[in-house]
Amino acid sequence: MRLEYFQLIDRIVDLDLAQQTICAEARVPSTSTIFEGHFPGYPLMPGVLLIEAMAQTSGWLVIAVTKFSRMPFFAALKEAKLRSFVHPGQSLSLSAKLLHEGSGYAVTKAEIRCDGKLACNAEITFRLVEFPNPEFRASMEKMAAILEFPVGALAHG
Amino acid sequence: MPSTFEIVANIISETCDIPRDTIKPESHAINDLGIDSLDFLDIAFAIDKAFGIKMPLEQWTQEVNDGKATTDQYFQLNNLCTRIDELVAAKGA
Repeated sequence: MRLEYFQLIDRIVDLDLAQQTICAEARVPSTSTIFEGHFPGYPLMPGVLLIEAMAQTSGWLVIAVTKFSRMPFFAALKEAKLRSFVHPGQSLSLSAKLLHEGSGYAVTKAEIRCDGKLACNAEITFRLVEFPNPEFRASMEKMAAILEFPVGALAHG
Repeated sequence: MPSTFEIVANIISETCDIPRDTIKPESHAINDLGIDSLDFLDIAFAIDKAFGIKMPLEQWTQEVNDGKATTDQYFQLNNLCTRIDELVAAKGA
């Protein structure tokens, strides 16, 4: 994770287009200015960032399912549950499943596990739009490479 | 078996907390019921699931934006239900 760049997942470890699922991993940094305020003397990964991490994981799944033709933008969150504290330095397993790909929108179910234990889960809705400009799309392709997004899987999915 | 309109009206009522008896076949989802685009995503999800279809919202929006169609054609409920019935029929064909 690079919290200061809003990069909340480190690597995509599995993408299954047939099952419409994705798995990713991330490690919460040991230090960050965020922890100075959240909270002094008791640093915790903010729940809103865990939700963003689930959204980013889901977003890469949607990008894969739509074969990089649409950019998913976070639109709605339902049934979000923050079940346990996540501390600096912990490793997270993130996963998401596509519930529905509609026309111009998609809905996923996502969760994060920490040491095998469910830390949070939610249902997330995205608006799907064409990439607003080539620069943005290029930056997403660059990020996909950093995250080891399996571009080859799209050709066979 | 409930009609398409009954199913759609119930979805709208439950999703947007609109009293069921105010939802009529001639109601316009946007102009009369005040449903915004984000709420309509929830409605679309529920309709897609209920009927096993994929409403072509992107195409409809494009047609409206291009002036080739009016919002009435897609978002007045009796017209929306006709579109849904057409999509269901096409799926079964």
